[in-house]
Amino acid sequence: MNYTFDFSAPLAYWPDLLAGAWTTLTLSLASTFFGFLLGVFCALANTGNTRWLARLAGVYIEVVRNTPLLVQVFIVYFGLSSMGLQVGAFTAATVALVVNVGAYTSEIVRAGIESIPKSQLEAAECTGLSRWQMLRHVVLPPAIERVFPAVSSQYVLLMLASSICSQISAEELTAVANRIQSDTFRSVETYLIVAVAYLAMSLVMRGVLWAVAMIAFPRRRRLGTPL
Amino acid sequence: MGFLNAAHFQFLFNGLLWTVGLSLLAFAGGGLLGFAVALGSSYGPRWSRMAVSVYIKLIQGTPLLVLLPLAYFGLPSLGLNVAPLTAAALALSIYVSAYLGEIWRGCIESVPRTQAEAAECLALRWHQRVWNVILPQAVKIATPPTVGFMVQIVKNTSLASAIGFVELARAGQIINNSTFEPFVIFLIVAAMYFALCYPLSVLSRRLERSFHVAHR
Amino acid sequence: MSPIVEIENISKCFGTTRVLEGVSFTVKKGSVVAIIGQSGSGKSTALRCIDRLETVDQGRIRVCGHEVTAPGLDLHQLRRDVGIVFQSYNLFPHLTVQENIMLAPRLVQKMAKTAARERALAVLNQVGLAEKADCYPSQLSGGQQQRVAIARSLAMQPQLMLFDEVTSALDPQLTGEVLRVMEKLAADGMTMILVTHEMAFARKVANEVIFMHKGRVWEHGPASILDAPATTELRDFVGNGL
Repeated sequence: MNYTFDFSAPLAYWPDLLAGAWTTLTLSLASTFFGFLLGVFCALANTGNTRWLARLAGVYIEVVRNTPLLVQVFIVYFGLSSMGLQVGAFTAATVALVVNVGAYTSEIVRAGIESIPKSQLEAAECTGLSRWQMLRHVVLPPAIERVFPAVSSQYVLLMLASSICSQISAEELTAVANRIQSDTFRSVETYLIVAVAYLAMSLVMRGVLWAVAMIAFPRRRRLGTPL
Repeated sequence: MGFLNAAHFQFLFNGLLWTVGLSLLAFAGGGLLGFAVALGSSYGPRWSRMAVSVYIKLIQGTPLLVLLPLAYFGLPSLGLNVAPLTAAALALSIYVSAYLGEIWRGCIESVPRTQAEAAECLALRWHQRVWNVILPQAVKIATPPTVGFMVQIVKNTSLASAIGFVELARAGQIINNSTFEPFVIFLIVAAMYFALCYPLSVLSRRLERSFHVAHR
Repeated sequence: MSPIVEIENISKCFGTTRVLEGVSFTVKKGSVVAIIGQSGSGKSTALRCIDRLETVDQGRIRVCGHEVTAPGLDLHQLRRDVGIVFQSYNLFPHLTVQENIMLAPRLVQKMAKTAARERALAVLNQVGLAEKADCYPSQLSGGQQQRVAIARSLAMQPQLMLFDEVTSALDPQLTGEVLRVMEKLAADGMTMILVTHEMAFARKVANEVIFMHKGRVWEHGPASILDAPATTELRDFVGNGL
């Protein structure tokens, strides 16, 4: 092995790396937020009484889960521009990630909804709550709290998957890495640095999600026990 | 769709075959390594359990789009010149081994401890217990999630396009570069992936259902 | 002739709980010993120590000529000489009844397949289940599964058989068939140590009864002690039992 490691060359690009990491984080958090909303909506559609809506949600979920994210990103990016909408890479990336993570979130939240015992629903019905009120107060909060660990993992995976958006030139961390390694020819060092950066960002994501859980779930904050 | 002729479809179909081939390579390599990971974690001494835990966390915490170029550029730095296929197969195998290793470890550990105890009390040695009593039961438990994970493997092969390996996604990109109808082309590519993945997903769900029925 | 089992002054703690305290007894070849007592009295733990499924903190155990408490013990050889039947049968669900029984003779005693099958059918006959040889455990009742578990241990031709509350998980009507098999084993001269709640069975079949209480051997004598308890604890236990 006559390869000498030189980390100083890629590290000199640290402002770019930082900008790329920031883009990754904002991309991930934006996608997380909207993906969560979409996921909850689809889970409700799937478990609701409107059959065509449930079936539509079912088809959407199966299609997304059985096709690669890379191809979905291409379809969204090129599809939007062929419809005449000029969107930047960041927006297209967000839309694609939202569509993707929405499907996975939906399945997880659906499992949470189905884990609520029927007796709770009966009790709520008997106090005269409407269906929407039941969903909002009796079904969704405990369902989401119960599946929050699975949902969190999904969003950390999303952050890692955001690297795929480098393929449509969104300037997130992997795209920056690709650029740096072609400038410096220090490929191994560049990607090792970036790997460490992703590990660090996973911790940041987990921290943010933990804080969200503490704020959103007062029972967990006060009792400290799982639901 | 008049811009696409038979040659284009042939090219896409070739890409599909390479996708299947790379998936099988990744499953074989990742499966072998994953099996070692699972055993090292369930039955190894403390240091091997910790090493496996670190390995899994590292690999699972790194995007595949970073692992792939690390393999592609890293191997030449060790003096080995590799084709994109080899680098992709290696990177995917390592990626798969971390996930399959964790799945299989969970399955080994969910075989009731009393089974191991009963086998031990019949004077079976460690390797006889693992081979004849624990593993057959662990394999049954592991089949549904393993088939489910194969869907992930097929989807992840699409990323090998980033290091220049011509599988289905890259085939689509190449055709797009000459016909400039990306929306239609990638819809077709998506449909081809769906044709590969959906049957596996259905099979995995069916296996899981029958497994739970049998174990009630 | 030296006893098959010699337990000298064993003690054991689980964390801060003292489970066994100064337990000593011996078992002669061919005798049937019943260990009785309340839950938590340490009887199952004592039994499991004999086959080294648990270790003791202090004391000495000698079984079939092996020093169980010594560090250099050949565990493998001990397990060939001692058979144990568990409360939850622990049959291997992926093997047929026959395969369950043949497994250890083939792998440990290196028997040929045909010879192992013959032995399996012989022990199945002994427990009255020869016709179920090709069934899977899930197709059998609890009592049948337990009898297969007994046959599985018997197939290794052990010198000593241990029974850990083997009928406690069974419905009353299935208990009888298992007890009948055990009675026959005893009549055929097998050395048996059983932890049991079945007082009538202990009275009928056991030569010796050991009553354990709070981790200690509280009373030890022939089966007649059940009718004439010397201590209030045993009197309460027997009185409550039947």
